[in-house]
Amino acid sequence: MARITAGVGCSHVPAIGVAMDQGITEQPYWEPVFDGFEKSREWMKAQNADVIFLVYNDHCTVFDASCIPTFALGCAPEFAPADEGWGPRPVPVVKNHQVFASHIAQSLILDEFDITIMNEMEVDHGLTVPMSVMFGDKGVDDEWPCLVIPLCVNVVQYPAPTGNRCYNLGKAIRRAVDSFDEDLNVVIFGTGGMSHQLQYKRAGLINKEWDKQFLDRLTTDPVALSKTPHVEYLREAGSEGVEMVMWHVMRGALDDAVEEVHRHYHVPASNTAVGHIILENKKDQGEAK
Amino acid sequence: MALNKDYEDIPGTFVFDADRGREGYQLNQFCISLRLKKNRDTFTADEATYLNSYSMTAEQREAVLDRDWNRLLELGGNIYYTSKLAANDGINFQQLAGLMTGMGNEAYREMMVAGGRSPDGNRYQHEWDKKDKN
Repeated sequence: MARITAGVGCSHVPAIGVAMDQGITEQPYWEPVFDGFEKSREWMKAQNADVIFLVYNDHCTVFDASCIPTFALGCAPEFAPADEGWGPRPVPVVKNHQVFASHIAQSLILDEFDITIMNEMEVDHGLTVPMSVMFGDKGVDDEWPCLVIPLCVNVVQYPAPTGNRCYNLGKAIRRAVDSFDEDLNVVIFGTGGMSHQLQYKRAGLINKEWDKQFLDRLTTDPVALSKTPHVEYLREAGSEGVEMVMWHVMRGALDDAVEEVHRHYHVPASNTAVGHIILENKKDQGEAK
Repeated sequence: MALNKDYEDIPGTFVFDADRGREGYQLNQFCISLRLKKNRDTFTADEATYLNSYSMTAEQREAVLDRDWNRLLELGGNIYYTSKLAANDGINFQQLAGLMTGMGNEAYREMMVAGGRSPDGNRYQHEWDKKDKN
């Protein structure tokens, strides 16, 4: 049986990808950003994950304004890195577990989450930066060490789905994974954030206290946290901070009781607070179920 | 009954809602076209002719030609779209923020390295109105 064993929350700042692609991660500006991911890479390797279920958003790259699906599930055989206006990132093509993705699509819709099915799709930095952060440098001729099922969430045009909806979608993803027969170790990523505002006169907003309570409550108070209204993200964490609703999908897919095994927080990477957390299902609880 | 736009009192911020999406549609579709190299090349060769393919308003068209980054947002542009136009000019997100805030690149970068813009005094429009009066 397939099972979700752990969750990763992670910013997907494009400049982090650029820093890796240009080989400047040891510069003083970037060093503290990447230091905090060293333990994450060791942890990721030790998981031997078969599949990453990766929740991210497209940044007006693959999806233009003509069609804006709230939840789009990647069901294509593979997903190439997209040209975002400065050439595609030089990282491997992402390979899907297509049979598993189809199973999840069917299960989610019957579970009343009316997702959009993507049978062709490229992916932008929202997906590839977390992969690079967790798996390290990989070139175009390399392969990612595991398969990836992408779930693309609209957080660009207001309103993004509510945190509550995202949390409950996480629960539905868990049910879908649990009902798939193949023996697969699945790790779920929720990406984006943390506090940042890229636009207009308030650009540069960072709210460390708010980010910290968000990270704390993911473990201790996830249900109430998922009910945070959109206006609070916008006001407290910046207009682009609303990306953090995607972390609730990750949290919803885990057990109610989780253990925080790693955390990293640093300001800034370009315009953004970098936040990262690794949560594992409490093992004894998992056995008891 | 009208929708409650409880986010409209956040200062210095546009929330890209369905109304803005409607107003900015042609502008944003133009911007995203620039993510592909062949379109960037065509646009750069003759901006005015390229813009004729998009039925944007005269104000939007002028803001594009003037690279008036804040005006583009005021007219329904969204940052993820307008950043494609900026990228074509060799301007990255951080440099664009330096322009939109009027701080300039250096001062903006320094603010970020020092921990970013504090939320204190930057949550509500009335806090900015008060600052303007003083």
